[in-house]
Amino acid sequence: MSGTDYDLVIIGAGPAGLAAALYAGRARLSVLLLEKAAPGGQILVTDWIENYPGFPEGISGTDLMMHMVAQVNRFGVDIQTGEVISMDLTGQVKRLELNDKTITAKTVIIASGSSPSKLGIPGENRYLGRGVSTCATCDGPFFKDSVIVAVGGGDTAVQESLYLTRFAKKIFLIHRRDQLRAVKLLQERVKNNDKVEIIWDSTITEIKGGAEGVEAVTVKNLKTGVESDLAAEGCFVWVGTIPNTEFAVGHVELDEKGFIITNGRMQTSIPGVYAAGDVRNTPLRQVVTAVGDGAIAANEAMHFIENM
Amino acid sequence: MAEGIKEISDATFDAEVLKSEIPVLVDFWAPWCGPCKAIGPILEEINRNFEGKLKIVKCNVDDNPSSPSNYGIRAIPTLIFFKGGEKVEQIVGMVEKSKLEQTIKNNL
Repeated sequence: MSGTDYDLVIIGAGPAGLAAALYAGRARLSVLLLEKAAPGGQILVTDWIENYPGFPEGISGTDLMMHMVAQVNRFGVDIQTGEVISMDLTGQVKRLELNDKTITAKTVIIASGSSPSKLGIPGENRYLGRGVSTCATCDGPFFKDSVIVAVGGGDTAVQESLYLTRFAKKIFLIHRRDQLRAVKLLQERVKNNDKVEIIWDSTITEIKGGAEGVEAVTVKNLKTGVESDLAAEGCFVWVGTIPNTEFAVGHVELDEKGFIITNGRMQTSIPGVYAAGDVRNTPLRQVVTAVGDGAIAANEAMHFIENM
Repeated sequence: MAEGIKEISDATFDAEVLKSEIPVLVDFWAPWCGPCKAIGPILEEINRNFEGKLKIVKCNVDDNPSSPSNYGIRAIPTLIFFKGGEKVEQIVGMVEKSKLEQTIKNNL
């Protein structure tokens, strides 16, 4: 086939993309790793990762990202800032339109990850950055001795709420069910922490504020339908994630929530195009699963190129 | 980090930002903020690309509590674009390089 700019283009430099780049770089493919913002993905906003093997005391998300980037840099991978606007994946040569240029490749790994979901309630966008947040490590220190409302019941909601106890005097954790989804160890920690009070069977319906930012949050009990206002200066929202797949719509098969459908070899509906990490229809979205996906995808891309 | 990008303080905010002859982008950051570190290289690149047309400065919110408080900042990274001493744009959180460049071009 005619020449392409790269053997492999990886879209997204979170853990999945960085692991794929590491494997592809060591396989001596010519690799471009594209990142629209900054390498790291969602681990950048994670205060402490204690379920990634090899770090007995745990490691901060930022440090883990820096280690991963440094490791990739050893193997000649080209890391560039760029955003994919549209794609043509139908031919043997895959064509990616970026914001500032067009690039071609023999294979593509989509590892664009996911972003925090929004609640879609009044006040959420208006007070973003002025009390509404999804990043405890970024914004927690602004809430010294404050009251915070946190929404969610999964690992992220519980872990990050515990982190906020370093700063806030009180945290109300609002969860729509009568038990948490978070892993048992985190459940134990949160139940033993006097600063966190869990409000069960509830959600929030509005974030209210003034010139200074958030002032109160309206909490609705889903069983009784009763609404009440809770005075708080902060509102942290951790209610799951949405896939970053706008640019992939119509190009590869997506599931009903927009995640890319793959098989166990990370193959998408298009030959030579793979997906890895949070962006695919995986049962578990963790650093440890993302890096495994990335390695498999890179290995498959390598075999695909060999058999061309 | 942030070689080439000047660090300002509460004491120098007025002179460096509000009285600047050219537009200023202030990066409110802190050492404990992962995304702040991550956008560092993007800001340095933009600083080079817009040299002479735009001034980028950094303000450590831990050491300088007044400036962020004056602008109601409760999240970092927050980037505020100043023109003629007035705030014209505010960007909260991680931002794509292309989006940031567009915002700058729209406001220069």
